[in-house]
Amino acid sequence: MKLNRRLFLGSSAALTASLAAPTVWGDNHGKPKVVVIGGGAGGATVARYLAKDSKGGIDVTLVEPTRTYYTCFFSNLYIAGFRDLASIGHSYGTLAGEYGINVIHELATGIDRDAKEVTLSGGAKLPYDRLVLSPGIDFVDGAVPGWDVSAQNAMPHAYKGGSQTELLKKQIEAMPEGGLFCMIAPPNPFRCPPGPYERISMIAHKLSEVNPTAKILIADPKEKFSKQALFEEGWDAHYGGMVERLGPDFGGGNVTVNPAEMTVDIDGDVNTVDVCNVIPAQKAGKICEMAGVTEGNWAPVVPATMQSRIDENIHVLGDATNQGDMPKSGFAANSQAKVAAMAIRGALTGSKVFPAKFTNTCWSLISTENGVKVGATYEATEEKIAKVDGFISQTGEDAELRKTTFEESVGWYSGITADMFG
Amino acid sequence: MGAPRYLAALAAILLAPSSVGASEFGDVERGAEFWKQCRTCHRIGPNASNKVGPNLNFIFGRPFAGAEGYRYSKAMKAAGEEGRTWDLDQLDAYITDPRGFLKGTKMTFKGIKDSQERADVLAWLRENSDNPQDIPEAAPTAIGTDHSVDPEILSIVGDPEYGEYLSSECLTCHRADGETDGIPSVTGWPEEDFVIAMHAYKDKVREHPVMQMMAGRLNNEEIAAVASYFKALGQE
Repeated sequence: MKLNRRLFLGSSAALTASLAAPTVWGDNHGKPKVVVIGGGAGGATVARYLAKDSKGGIDVTLVEPTRTYYTCFFSNLYIAGFRDLASIGHSYGTLAGEYGINVIHELATGIDRDAKEVTLSGGAKLPYDRLVLSPGIDFVDGAVPGWDVSAQNAMPHAYKGGSQTELLKKQIEAMPEGGLFCMIAPPNPFRCPPGPYERISMIAHKLSEVNPTAKILIADPKEKFSKQALFEEGWDAHYGGMVERLGPDFGGGNVTVNPAEMTVDIDGDVNTVDVCNVIPAQKAGKICEMAGVTEGNWAPVVPATMQSRIDENIHVLGDATNQGDMPKSGFAANSQAKVAAMAIRGALTGSKVFPAKFTNTCWSLISTENGVKVGATYEATEEKIAKVDGFISQTGEDAELRKTTFEESVGWYSGITADMFG
Repeated sequence: MGAPRYLAALAAILLAPSSVGASEFGDVERGAEFWKQCRTCHRIGPNASNKVGPNLNFIFGRPFAGAEGYRYSKAMKAAGEEGRTWDLDQLDAYITDPRGFLKGTKMTFKGIKDSQERADVLAWLRENSDNPQDIPEAAPTAIGTDHSVDPEILSIVGDPEYGEYLSSECLTCHRADGETDGIPSVTGWPEEDFVIAMHAYKDKVREHPVMQMMAGRLNNEEIAAVASYFKALGQE
């Protein structure tokens, strides 16, 4: 309704109408407008905090094509059977109904930075005073030779939540006895640094239950990966002999796939695979490129406000940014969203602005109730979001502590999704 | 050796509050004595079940009508549906005069008129109401006196606006509505307990690595600001 009303006002006929009956549109007149593109951990959070903390003083529009948002975090637990799909799906009903956010389920197709206007797939134009881009990631074209998104049914990436995750789970469950699962791991930087390895743990968990002679092969272009010692310890303890990882020394970075034949060529060695999870190299969600706020693959931002370094009327959040020391994670995007919301409110309504503080914690599940975590706090410097302090779970921790850590991650999921969606 | 004892006794007299208000806890040992009366109907602890009355695990911060499987009165259920939760003030008012506080409650206990007795039994409840298996530490009922904090720090009045911003970091994990699901609620805590607990993390007396990190970079004013925000959030 709000969109229609705004479109209505956009025409000159409407202007006359509004002069005749100003009370019809009086409630929104003159309010600063913020348009948020992307309804994930960054976008949903910034929309909610802007609406909540401005107490209706800012007109907030959230543009997100999907009606149900499936979180990437905890999607690995779904693959293992620890969560069902419904439990990681969230709707935007509360944001629209209780926070008065104008939620539009369309794709943003263009941004006119001079006119400060967003064009939607339906043709509508949304004017803004501030624009927030929180589109997550897209894949770098040609990153894995032989693979592009047209092959994503044969070789799913499952690196955006929802149908891809569902597909990967089904393929794993349908693997022949003693079959081979292969993951093509991405180079840095990428969304959720422990994500691929938690996924390996969860797939190993599933396979050891239903298909214990199956094998898992990882082709990895990176020397090292997040929580490596913790994962490797867990794989040895729980899934002995099932997981093999080929790092760059063994050609893990020299991979070609053939989705039609279901083969993977690792450094000249051709493997026939039953399931192949290709997680390609990543870049900022395409809308950032279209807005012209990227440098290289990512959108550089001013740490204190999360403003684009290229356009001060645009803020960029989460995985799409180049910000410094924070990992690309839902937690980080949520944290950055709160800094951005504060800065935007300060700029548009004159509310108090405080020094930016950022936090991140990433929990990973290795086996049943065996959780580990890594986290850090960050501050804004001129140059980057800089790490202040951090911690990581230790190898050799007892089962009780691991269980507590897992339970904490369940609490965090409940907390962050409530913080995003209300 | 007689002198210190005498001085201690004198200090106790001088420091004894003239009247014990709802915001203060009494003596745990005396409360344990009183609990024997409550125990006729209530249980508490790791294996506590509902008896004539509901079990009292996690009672601080627990929603009204929050004990699973207990058949509550309509009045109590309605209060639960309104989103009310038990905190120190609410419990104090309830046990003063249960049916005066909540008309229609099933609790037939006549109430405790003596404020010191109430403070004592609430102190005991607080120490015993959390199930350590479910809340590893930093339970909503955590004893604020487990760490000594300079009274000057305790007297800082927090800036609620700053607290609102700073608290947004906490709300990624701790749910604003006070629901607990693996991570304890911090909504509605007494401010002083909140401040003491945060300083205990900051000084690494309490163990949790995330909380040590979070508290470690907040200064005294910031901790006071967050404490005042969460206290107020519990009263909304």
